[in-house]
Amino acid sequence: MATDGLRAALLLAQAGAPARRTSPRASWDVVADVRQLLHYPFMRHAFAAGTIVAVVAGVVGYFVVLRRSSFAAHALSHVGFAGATGAVVVGVNPVAGLLVFSSVAAGIMGALGQRVKGRDVTIGIVLAWTLGLGVLFLSLYTGYATEAYALLFGEILGISQRDVAVTAIAGAATLVAVAAVYRPLLFASVDEDVAAARGVPVRALSAGFMVMLAVAVSVAVQVVGVLLIFSLLVTPGAIVERLALRPGRAMAVSVALALAFTWAGLSVAYFSPYPVSFFITTFAFAAYLSARLPAAVTAVAPAVRGPRRGWRARG
Amino acid sequence: MHAVEPAVVARDLAAGYGTETVWAGATFEIGAGEMVGVLGPNGAGKSTLLRLLLGLLRPQRGTVQVLGRPPMRGNPDIGYVPQRRPTTDETSIRGVDLVRLGLDGHRWGTPLPGRRQRAAGRRVADAVAAVAAQPYAGRPVGQLSGGELQRLLLAQALVGEPTLLLLDEPLASLDLRHQAGMAALVSDLARELGLTVLLIAHDVNPLLPVIDRVLYIGRGGVAIGTPGEVITPEVLSRLYEAPVEVLEDSRGRLFVVGLEDEVSHPHGY
Repeated sequence: MATDGLRAALLLAQAGAPARRTSPRASWDVVADVRQLLHYPFMRHAFAAGTIVAVVAGVVGYFVVLRRSSFAAHALSHVGFAGATGAVVVGVNPVAGLLVFSSVAAGIMGALGQRVKGRDVTIGIVLAWTLGLGVLFLSLYTGYATEAYALLFGEILGISQRDVAVTAIAGAATLVAVAAVYRPLLFASVDEDVAAARGVPVRALSAGFMVMLAVAVSVAVQVVGVLLIFSLLVTPGAIVERLALRPGRAMAVSVALALAFTWAGLSVAYFSPYPVSFFITTFAFAAYLSARLPAAVTAVAPAVRGPRRGWRARG
Repeated sequence: MHAVEPAVVARDLAAGYGTETVWAGATFEIGAGEMVGVLGPNGAGKSTLLRLLLGLLRPQRGTVQVLGRPPMRGNPDIGYVPQRRPTTDETSIRGVDLVRLGLDGHRWGTPLPGRRQRAAGRRVADAVAAVAAQPYAGRPVGQLSGGELQRLLLAQALVGEPTLLLLDEPLASLDLRHQAGMAALVSDLARELGLTVLLIAHDVNPLLPVIDRVLYIGRGGVAIGTPGEVITPEVLSRLYEAPVEVLEDSRGRLFVVGLEDEVSHPHGY
């Protein structure tokens, strides 16, 4: 069976608990640390896949936030879960299952277009069913708990060389597609009416973007899993949105953030006994908080300063 | 110099969605360089007329020519500002980015930095300057007031150097003073650049100093002429198939009485 990534994840998890208690030590010698980090093939694969995923997620995530389609990202990851587990059952690479299932779902959602909007209850019900399907597929396969864990929360340390290759091809295809439609996609995302009047095929672009999103979701699931997909696919875009940059620069910063979360998460996790996904999501959350904090402080500040000024005036 | 052919020619034009007709029997011409106010109650089909001219909707009957051709989606000679705000308050797109989309947002691909980019940047800056929006063009559009956003959308429509400008309710959500300012700005730009303008409005009064004619869309029909010719009890009563009165105050402002609330009580009253 060609489930290399998850197989490896399973082996790691089985052997992992005792092995990881004696995790490597970081020193102040950065070069030595990096050499340590990249010593084992599984870490090199993790860094390679993580880097590709971060670039794709950073670019696509910018549009996810701009188009307010984070719910679609969430939905596609759940559908992808059923695809990945189904692929494991029939003996196909789970990443391929993820790609196929979420792309088909994206095509359907894109074709429905506007009619999908405001139907979160219906979509939620369908999603719950796809997760249930995923559980069924898992039970048909022996590695139940570990498989589920890897898919739901990500297991990038178990990624194989072939998974890295699949990720690289899918990621490159997505980036080429985004570059090809960059300007009209931006136009349609910001101002659909004017874009349509200027001849931009807004419906086709919307469906096309859903497929790009499906691919981004599929590759990102390997790193952070179905449930934590937001940390790479939405958080960088959401942080960038608060900075008011020109679109090209905003996308670059979004990519830089996704890369920083992934690299930092991988590095810190290597020298600690705790999971990579925890660190990636925590770094993402911390960055989001620090991006929001200044605005929150200025919003609260007048209320705090108000009474004191009044007291002084009285004095 | 532009050709002297009319900007818009409609013959027995009917518009609607599906089998439902919104208005019919519209025969009119709009001359090149004319500024026309499009008036009428809510739901009468004012925006529908713009959709027809933009090629986003096919006529149910009759013919229409725009700049000497049948309507065509993506016509680069038309600048368009739709009615509703394009984005939510959170958006980080800056005013200049919004204007820039009007220049090449419809083209495929990703622009690379270079001479062409710098030229595009200058054209965007010129359009922003033309509507005097420099002070706030660098801010995210979510933080702009209705009037500021409206000026930037106007710059977005102008940056592609159109010859016909279609503006859907550019005065909505502005107070009376800003309505007059916006109307004057559009009029000045139109004269300077030799543009034909169709401007949808709710209330004719802020437009009276600047428009050449009004196109009044009533219940099922269309009438065109100078404000004095169209905004009369006879014409409006015929359009509405109901008795309508027109009152004029000491400053020449017109009030249409006997229709729905929003028409009988123009803004500010």
